[in-house]
Amino acid sequence: MLELGKENFEDEVLNAEGVVLVDFWSPNCDLCLDLMPDVEELAEEYGDQIKFAKLNIKGNRRLAIGQKVLGLPSIVLYEDGEKVEHLSGDELEVEDIKDAIEARL
Amino acid sequence: MFLSVNYIRIYILIVNNFNKGEIQVSNTYDLIIVGGGPAGMSAAIYGSRSRLDTLVLEAKRKTGGQPATYHDMENYPGVPETTADELMDNFKKHAEKFDTEFKRGEVTDIKVNGFEKVITTKKGEEYKAKSVVLAMGAEPRKLGIKGEEELKGRGVSYCATCDADIFEDLDVVVIGNGNSAVEESIYLTKFVNKLTMVVIHDEGVMDAEKILQEKAMENDKIDFVWNSVVEEIKGEEMVEGVVLKNIKTGEKSELDCHGVFFFVGRVPNTDFLEGTVELTEHGYIKTNDEMETNQPGVYGIGDVRNKVVRQVITAAGDGATAAVMAQGYIEEEEYWQNNVVESDVPVLVGFWSVTHQDSMDMMSEIEGMDLDKKDCRFVKIDTYKNRLISNRYDIDEIPTVVKIEDGEVKEKLVEPTAEEVQEIL
Repeated sequence: MLELGKENFEDEVLNAEGVVLVDFWSPNCDLCLDLMPDVEELAEEYGDQIKFAKLNIKGNRRLAIGQKVLGLPSIVLYEDGEKVEHLSGDELEVEDIKDAIEARL
Repeated sequence: MFLSVNYIRIYILIVNNFNKGEIQVSNTYDLIIVGGGPAGMSAAIYGSRSRLDTLVLEAKRKTGGQPATYHDMENYPGVPETTADELMDNFKKHAEKFDTEFKRGEVTDIKVNGFEKVITTKKGEEYKAKSVVLAMGAEPRKLGIKGEEELKGRGVSYCATCDADIFEDLDVVVIGNGNSAVEESIYLTKFVNKLTMVVIHDEGVMDAEKILQEKAMENDKIDFVWNSVVEEIKGEEMVEGVVLKNIKTGEKSELDCHGVFFFVGRVPNTDFLEGTVELTEHGYIKTNDEMETNQPGVYGIGDVRNKVVRQVITAAGDGATAAVMAQGYIEEEEYWQNNVVESDVPVLVGFWSVTHQDSMDMMSEIEGMDLDKKDCRFVKIDTYKNRLISNRYDIDEIPTVVKIEDGEVKEKLVEPTAEEVQEIL
């Protein structure tokens, strides 16, 4: 999965064509760390159809808040640079993410 | 009596190994624990260490229950330096050490057919168990105030460890004043600029333990608003502030903030148990001191149980009690099934207790009657240890002698003479 930061977020997400999935996480967020392996598995499965990226909000908080991400874990889907789906909360399941991806293919 | 439990385990192993090459998973267990928090995992440690074939079903991805989302853990005896998350990881490792099986699944139905309990999950998987321990815990309570639902994940949070990094150097409001509210507030001050606790009580009064209150009072980053509630959370796409209301004066005021954390107690999720297990009006499971519910072989432990003190250590204690009770239940029930109900000869059951000399004398007298020669079996039931069977056959006085044939009661003699016993043979 592509690592995002201030320097490449615009190019890789906002100016990108097609669907981009961004996993917003932080090192203190245990739920995020638990979810990440599942998202990486989805990246294996769908990686050739959509772009998978992750953003550590530590050091990129302003960027996250700019994307209206104020709760972790957050999985945000962009299509042609537009935010089209925002999944969040402690009940977030990998199946929900999979459904959201399938809906955009 | 341990033998009977082990015998079943061995039988399952043989059945499973029969289909060589493919691993066939049996969905039948001695003990199924619904919920993998501290209560459930403690029951699992005790159950699997007693050689019960034990399964923990956890609805969430991560086991550990409530503590898994908390940070500080300062009062678990014997573990002075740990975090809540680390402690819960150790509970799980401990259970796995004794071969507890963990599976993911949200339980939506439980049916009790005597000794067999059938559990169904949301996905339709079915599991069978001889004994079930209910340890689903409780969910964070929502207040249902304006903006709460709309701004969830956009500044409204129920999990400090999840969202602490987001609110670095920002201002947040915490609603609540119990142990969780204060502990999590102290944790959040390591990140945030300023934290305001909104407390419904008079100045200086909080529900949290004294030691936590003192820490909060001494913390420079924590401000308090007393006698107040949050009436509304304001913000278009993100939290921008809250409307506070003083419950004494009715006065309203606004406070700017970026995040609002709710720690206002918890509620049990037990709707699916209605009609199966007795609940309180607030939905907590009714149990006695032995964690027994109204259903034999079904136990309620931890925060889902109707009790006053809800701590990790009390949850763990509940779990230990339930697992020991479940083990006794299974042994008694299997012994009864194998030796009485399924017996192909009539069975004379003597109910006795060590505290009752007459009953002990009667038992030795019957033992001297050479029942084997009369095609009859003699089974003794200690009424102090085996309340389950004693209650089932309404044994109020001892000694009582019951004659059972083909699983049915043919004779019942209360405090009989030796002659009366001879007569029914």
